[in-house]
Amino acid sequence: MWKQIEGSRAVAETVAMCRPQVICAYPITPQTHIVEGLGEMVKSGALAGCEFLNVESEFGALSVAIGASAAGARTYTATASQGLLFMAEAVYNAAGLGLPIVMTIGNRAIGAPINIWNDHSDSMSMRDSGWIQLHAESNQEAADLHIQAFRLAEELSCPVMVCMDGFILTHAYDRIDVPLQQQVDAWLAPFEPRQVLDPAAPVSIGAMVGPEAFSEVRYLAHHKQLQALDRIPEISGEFLEAFGRESGGLLRPYRIEGADTIVVALGSVTGTIQEAVDELRADNVAVGSISICSYRPFPLEAVGRALSDAKRVVVIDKSLAPGLGGMLATDVQMALSARRQRVYTVIAGLGGRTITKASLVKLFLQARADALESVTFLDLNWDLVNRQLSREMATRRSGPAAENILKDLGALPSKI
Amino acid sequence: MVSAAEMLSIAAFLEGRYAQAFPSFGSERMGAPVMAFCRISDRPIRLREPVTEPDALIIQDPTLLHQAGLFEGLQLPGGYVLINSSRSIDELGIGSYVGDHAVTVAATELALRFVGRPLPNSTLLGAFAAMTAELRLESVLAAIRQKFAGKIGEANAAAAQAAYELISRSDTREKIHVEAD
Amino acid sequence: MPFYQIKFYQTGTFTVGNRLLEDSDRAVQSDVKRSNALNSGHRACQGCGEALGARYAVDAAMRASGGNLVAVNATGCLEVFSTPYPETSWQVPWMHSLFGNAAAVAAGVAAAMKAQGRTNVRVIAQGGDGGTADIGMGCLSGMFERNDDVLYICYDNEAYMNTGVQRSGTTPAGARTATTPSVGSQPGNVFGQGKSVPLIAMAHGIPYVATASVANLHDLEYKVEKAVPIHGARYIHIHVPCPLGWGSEPHDTIKVARMAVESGLFPLFEAEFGEVTERTAIRRRQPAEEYLKLQKRFAHLFRPVRDEERIAAIQGIADRNIRRFELENGGAS
Repeated sequence: MWKQIEGSRAVAETVAMCRPQVICAYPITPQTHIVEGLGEMVKSGALAGCEFLNVESEFGALSVAIGASAAGARTYTATASQGLLFMAEAVYNAAGLGLPIVMTIGNRAIGAPINIWNDHSDSMSMRDSGWIQLHAESNQEAADLHIQAFRLAEELSCPVMVCMDGFILTHAYDRIDVPLQQQVDAWLAPFEPRQVLDPAAPVSIGAMVGPEAFSEVRYLAHHKQLQALDRIPEISGEFLEAFGRESGGLLRPYRIEGADTIVVALGSVTGTIQEAVDELRADNVAVGSISICSYRPFPLEAVGRALSDAKRVVVIDKSLAPGLGGMLATDVQMALSARRQRVYTVIAGLGGRTITKASLVKLFLQARADALESVTFLDLNWDLVNRQLSREMATRRSGPAAENILKDLGALPSKI
Repeated sequence: MVSAAEMLSIAAFLEGRYAQAFPSFGSERMGAPVMAFCRISDRPIRLREPVTEPDALIIQDPTLLHQAGLFEGLQLPGGYVLINSSRSIDELGIGSYVGDHAVTVAATELALRFVGRPLPNSTLLGAFAAMTAELRLESVLAAIRQKFAGKIGEANAAAAQAAYELISRSDTREKIHVEAD
Repeated sequence: MPFYQIKFYQTGTFTVGNRLLEDSDRAVQSDVKRSNALNSGHRACQGCGEALGARYAVDAAMRASGGNLVAVNATGCLEVFSTPYPETSWQVPWMHSLFGNAAAVAAGVAAAMKAQGRTNVRVIAQGGDGGTADIGMGCLSGMFERNDDVLYICYDNEAYMNTGVQRSGTTPAGARTATTPSVGSQPGNVFGQGKSVPLIAMAHGIPYVATASVANLHDLEYKVEKAVPIHGARYIHIHVPCPLGWGSEPHDTIKVARMAVESGLFPLFEAEFGEVTERTAIRRRQPAEEYLKLQKRFAHLFRPVRDEERIAAIQGIADRNIRRFELENGGAS
């Protein structure tokens, strides 16, 4: 059913339709509207057969989820940024134990400096925890991916993160087709655990494993991610059949045929990139783009194939790897390890800095002229940076860097 | 202001169009205006950036008028400006910045009269519908009722209707053209 | 608590004490049908108080729940010695997640059972003093505050034993540990404010809080059996000597535990909704130093010279407990 609603609300309604049995969450911007929505649905009885726990920290949240999932309940939680880091120990624990928890990440920058706006540093910090990570391009896809996530997680006994850009998606009102309960019921079977805490058949879960077996257990985790590479496109196909729209999958190409320059990105910036591509293509500039949906497992082969005919690749990376470049870019380069394309890493959108179509058009033209450094920071205010660097050279007690830069910024025209 | 943008998007949705509404994301410093954006289109909207070149600007807080750069990017000629104020454009002394399609409406006062609270969002949307003819009044009223339930919704809708009628009847009506998207 | 006059504490099926009791008063451990939830073959040290306490506690919980029990365990001695890969000595559904989250994981299990309409399945969480009082305090407090349907059992051996006897929030004043060595002008643990988790639990007003000791196993079983059927957050704090960490003889474990109780240093009481309802009177008061002398972790208080000041301070702690919990003359049975 078509609705004009907030992205968070669409996610809440869709998750509710998946009939979760335990929801636990600790509030953190920008995920709050999702859990508030679900909490209300449980309290009012609209979502029945579900226990909603208000927990004391994110670490508590994922821990409750671990217990609930191990006891055979379909379990859901959500977090972002600092919260994801606070539950880091539990994140690895859940994956290691093979518990099919589904968790929404409202992608938000990690501090210091504290910042509530969007970038990908949070989910990136957990990219090798063993969770599957799916990125939504739009609010429609964010809602749809949760349905796919429960199926994927429970089949493989592997937890899944659905990542959606904080504020840009979570707080935007969009035209969204929210599925009907019957549709979801027909598509998503009840949870049948591979392992469960049940007095009728006692098992011990969470044993210590020493050098004699640890590698093998870890190999199986690696194997699971490889299995996911096959299942993710299949599940996307199954979703298309039942719900009638494209959603999920490993990656989505856009006008890459004959493109000499291909742009790679995760998440909502894809929409703006596609607009920039259209503008350039209208001028016969051969640019295309791919957006990666399955970031973990990273579709090395599919990315390699999609980029194989391009002369150069531009990665729009919302996750800085300080001293190195970009986290997404590093993985993309691995997909191209046998090739001869030039790869340009463009660090953009950190801490919610807007990425405009105009900037992208300019950037892509520079890339095509091979006039870019291998690592670029898009729209960086070099004046601010240089002022701070000179300040630090001039005196030892130069004070907190962030505060100095903000003071400088106050004197300059405001920038969105 | 955020709910006004949301209601606009709902109104557009009810007319079968695509719409996107979202709050400004960027540092909110003391004195900087709180902004919300709405895009309306007949095609799916893929762009995800703030509106920097608006076709229409609704200013809910007239004390912002002396803020530098408030009208930056406004698409002139043709762009609409709607200001919540009991003074006229000439009295506000901003004629040179706002082009020919600028209107003021005493939305706060109307809201106080109909809703009993100085919250002018819905009222401004009624005026917006009249000024731009971009959206039908019924759509705006339906959106308001969806956002605010029961008696509050009705009161807000009444305020919006009053603002609509005020603008429809006023002299400036002749200067307004319908702009295609 | 049930009153009986026999002197012998039962340790097996045929002990004198149990044959003189009514069936309903006999210890769980005397029953041939006991669950043996923590089965033999685990790797606990000789004389381990925690293994003893856990065996009695979990079998009592199994009896009280009719075998419908799930156990969640924090990282620590109990978890490590009971599940040496690839073996497990647990005959109940059992889960180990992390060090600090047993209370939260148990809350999740309880929520899942409720969502599935199986509230007859009882959930216990188990942790040592480290996993409960320190790293687990946040999750524990959250569980109490929400009144989750979990019985949390803390086995307090007063230090991080599994990792090599480091100080925890419940390490007593003056005790030697690897991180509070008996050197310098103030050897052993500081004389700080202490951290009483039972009192913290009472401050949350939860339905049932109790302290217990392996010195009084029947009382321990009684308290667990009382707690299990209650719905809501419950907490039992069990004092369990660790011969290795305390420097006491393995065959003295129950004696050491009894000295802690009889000196007043470990008060036995029950509380409901934040108020003390029962306490176990001290039968024959012991000076604190008789307890301390049994353990090498307090040796520096006696040799090379007696540290009168600090021995007296520890006696003061005992005196305060006796006064506060009314453990002498007229304290309820």
